[in-house]
Amino acid sequence: MGNVMGIIRLDGANSMLKELCEHRPVAALPIAGRYRILDFAMSSLVNSGIGHVGVLVSKKARPVFDHLRSGKDWDLARHRDGLAYLPNDGENGNNSALAGLYQNIDFVMRSSSEYVFLVQADTVYNIDFRHVLLFHQNTGADITMVYCKAREDLPGEAASMQVAENGKVTDIAKRMTSTKGSNDFMGIYLMRKDTLVKLVTSTFERGGNSMLVDGIIRHMDDFSIYGYEHKGFSTRINSTMAYFNANKAILNPDIWNELFMSEHPIHTKKKDAAPVQYKNTAKVTNSLIGNGCEIYGEVEDSILFRGVRVAEGVKIKDCIIMEQCQIEQYAMLRDVICDKNVVVSEDQWLKGAENYPLIIAKSTVI
Amino acid sequence: MSKTTCVAMILAGGQGSRLGALTKKIAKPAVPFGGKYRIIDFPLSNCANSGIDKVGVLTQYRPLELHNYLGTGDAWDLDKSDGGVFILPPYARDKGADWYKGTADAIYQNLNFIDMVDPEYVLVLSGDHIYTMDYAKMLAAHRANKADATIGVFEVPWDEAPRFGIMNTDEKDGRIVEFEEKPAKPKSNLASMGIYIFNRDFLDKYLREDATDDNSSHDFGKNIIPKMLNDKARMYSYAFEGYWKDVGTIESLWQANMDLLQDEPPFSFTSAWTIYSNNPSLPPHYLGKEAKVTCSMLNEGSMIMGEVDHSVLFSGVKIGKGAKVTNSVIMPFTVIEENAVIDHAIVAQNCIISAGAHVAGSEGAIAVVPEGETVAAEQASVGQQVS
Repeated sequence: MGNVMGIIRLDGANSMLKELCEHRPVAALPIAGRYRILDFAMSSLVNSGIGHVGVLVSKKARPVFDHLRSGKDWDLARHRDGLAYLPNDGENGNNSALAGLYQNIDFVMRSSSEYVFLVQADTVYNIDFRHVLLFHQNTGADITMVYCKAREDLPGEAASMQVAENGKVTDIAKRMTSTKGSNDFMGIYLMRKDTLVKLVTSTFERGGNSMLVDGIIRHMDDFSIYGYEHKGFSTRINSTMAYFNANKAILNPDIWNELFMSEHPIHTKKKDAAPVQYKNTAKVTNSLIGNGCEIYGEVEDSILFRGVRVAEGVKIKDCIIMEQCQIEQYAMLRDVICDKNVVVSEDQWLKGAENYPLIIAKSTVI
Repeated sequence: MSKTTCVAMILAGGQGSRLGALTKKIAKPAVPFGGKYRIIDFPLSNCANSGIDKVGVLTQYRPLELHNYLGTGDAWDLDKSDGGVFILPPYARDKGADWYKGTADAIYQNLNFIDMVDPEYVLVLSGDHIYTMDYAKMLAAHRANKADATIGVFEVPWDEAPRFGIMNTDEKDGRIVEFEEKPAKPKSNLASMGIYIFNRDFLDKYLREDATDDNSSHDFGKNIIPKMLNDKARMYSYAFEGYWKDVGTIESLWQANMDLLQDEPPFSFTSAWTIYSNNPSLPPHYLGKEAKVTCSMLNEGSMIMGEVDHSVLFSGVKIGKGAKVTNSVIMPFTVIEENAVIDHAIVAQNCIISAGAHVAGSEGAIAVVPEGETVAAEQASVGQQVS
C-alpha cells in the first residue's frame, strides 16, 4: 500500500483510567505482558504495507519516544518516509489532536500518499488495513470509519454508530457507556488525503476541538460515511475495568493466537530479556508470562510483564503485574494491578475486587 | 576507518560433525542454545560487552542460516557506521579459490580484512563455546605482560585433561613453557579455550610463513602455537574463572542446557553482562489451566497445556494437554501433541511429535530428533539415538 500513510493519535479517553494514565497517554499504557497499546495500531499499519507513519505527539510523551525511538522495531527507520513525529506546540492553549493535526497539516499535504488512515491508538486489535481500503474503494465513501461490536456493558467514553445494511453510517452518538453488541467506533478513519486536509482545516478554523464531534457528527450530511465492521477481537481501553478485562481476555488461547500468532505479528520495542526461569516451587496456570521473569511462587489467571520476580510462597491471582516488579516472599495479591517497578514486601496481602482492581502506582514500595 | 585497538575474529565455519543431526542443515555456531540464543550469541555478546566493535565472523559450512541470523549485526549493537560485524566467507581470487583449510588458514585468507581494520591486536575466538568473559581484561593482561601472544586457559578436572590441549606454564607469571595436544600424562590441567590474543604484526608474520608450508595443517593448536613456542616467543596464559563449556557434542550441548536450570545458574541472565540475541516479535508465553512447569526455562510465543520439568523450551513451542516433557531441550516452533512423552531428548526446530508418541533417551544416550521431523505415535521411543 505505497499510496497510503498512517497518522497515529496518542490521546484517548483517560478520565476513567486514573492512576494508570497519570504519567502516560493511553497509547503508552503497557498491556498483555509485553506491549504498549499503540503497538497494535503501529503493527497493523506496518503489516498492511504502510511505510509512512506520523505520530501526533501529545502531552506526557516521554514513554512514547522511549518506546518508538527511530521506529526501527516496526521497520520504520527508513531513508524514505518511515516514522515521523508530529509535535503540537499547544499554541493558543489548544492541545487537542485536531489542533495537532492542523499544526502539522503541511506534513500531510506534502506526502505523496493518496489515502490516510487516521488512527487513535487506544484500542487492541490486529487488523489488515488492506481490507478496509478495498471496502473504502468499493463503497466510494468519502470517509470510512471502522467499528466493532462492543464485548460487554461497561461505563467509559464511546461513540456508537448506526450502520445501514449497505454499510452507510446514518448516525453517530457519543456516550459515557458502551452497551454489549452496540457498534463502537474503534477510532480508525480512512479517507483521501485532500478530504482529511479539508476536514481538519475547516473544522479547526471554525473553532472546533474534536474531529469526531465538530468535524463529523455535526456535518453528517456533507460526507458519505461508511462503517467497516472489524469482526476479529477488539477492545477499546477507556477505563480501568476495560483495561483489566482486556488483559484477561487475552488469556483465552484463541484470542492470544488471533492477536499474536498470525502471519502479521504485533511488533514492540525489542528488549534483551532472558527466557523465563521457573523454579522447582513454581506453580503457574492460565497466565501470560513475559520474558526475564523469575518465578518461585504461585501465579493464576494473571499477566506478568517482563522482568518480574515472584518469590517463594507468593500467591498471585487475577492480577496484572507490570515490568520489573518484585513480589517478595509470602505476599498475596488478588485483583491487583501493579504498575512498573513496584515492590510488594514480604507477607503483604493486597486485595482489590473483581469489578474494582486495586491499582498500585509506579515505583511504589509496599 | 578510525584507529582500532583490537579486532575480533570468530571462527564460525566448522561443521560440528559431532553434533550429528543438529548440524545437518546449519553450522554449529547457529545451533540454538539456552531457550533463546544461538551459540554464536555468546562470543558476539562478549565482544559487544567488552567494547570490541569490529568483529569478523569467518563462515564456511552451511552459512545461509548463520548469515541470515547475523544480518547487519544490530542484535548485538554491532551495526556501526565505522565497524560492526563483517561476514567473511571464503572467496575466489585471480589465481583460483580455496576453502578455509584450517583455523590459521582462515585468518590468513582474511589478512586483507585485518589490514583494512588496522588493529594493534587480533583476538581469535571460536564460535562454539558457552561462557561470558570480559576480553578487555585479557587484553590488559596481554599488554601488561608485554606478550607476543596470550592464550585463554581454563582449569579442567585432571581426569579430563587428556581430552584437551594443555598449557604447561611458569607458575610465577603464567608464561607458557610447553603446549601439549591431548597429553596421555598431563603435567598441568590448564586447558586452552581456543581464545588467543596476538600482536597483529607478530601474527601476520607467522600466518604468512605457515601459508607457504605444505606440511602444515594450518591449525592454530597444531601448527602456529607450537611454532611460536619453539621460537621462544613471549607467550602467556590468561586464566579464566567462571563457567566455560565446549558444546561440541550432543551430550555436552544437552548438559550445558541443563546447567542453566540449576538453583544458581552458571551465569546471571539479569546482570549487566547481557547476552544479546535476535528478538522475534512473539508474545509472552501462555501457560494453560492444566499446565505444570517446574525447574525450566521457557521463551516467548510458546503455549503450554501439559507438564514440563527440568527442560529448556525455545520460542513458539506448543505442548499439548497431557504431554510430559522432562530433562529435554525443545527447539523453536516444535509441536509436542497431546499425551506425547519426551525424556532426555533434544528435539530440533519445527518438529512434530505426534499425539501419544514417546521419545526417550537417557543420560549418556540423549535422543535426538532432527530439524523438521515428524515422529508418529507408532514410532514410539525411536528418535535417533546419538551418544
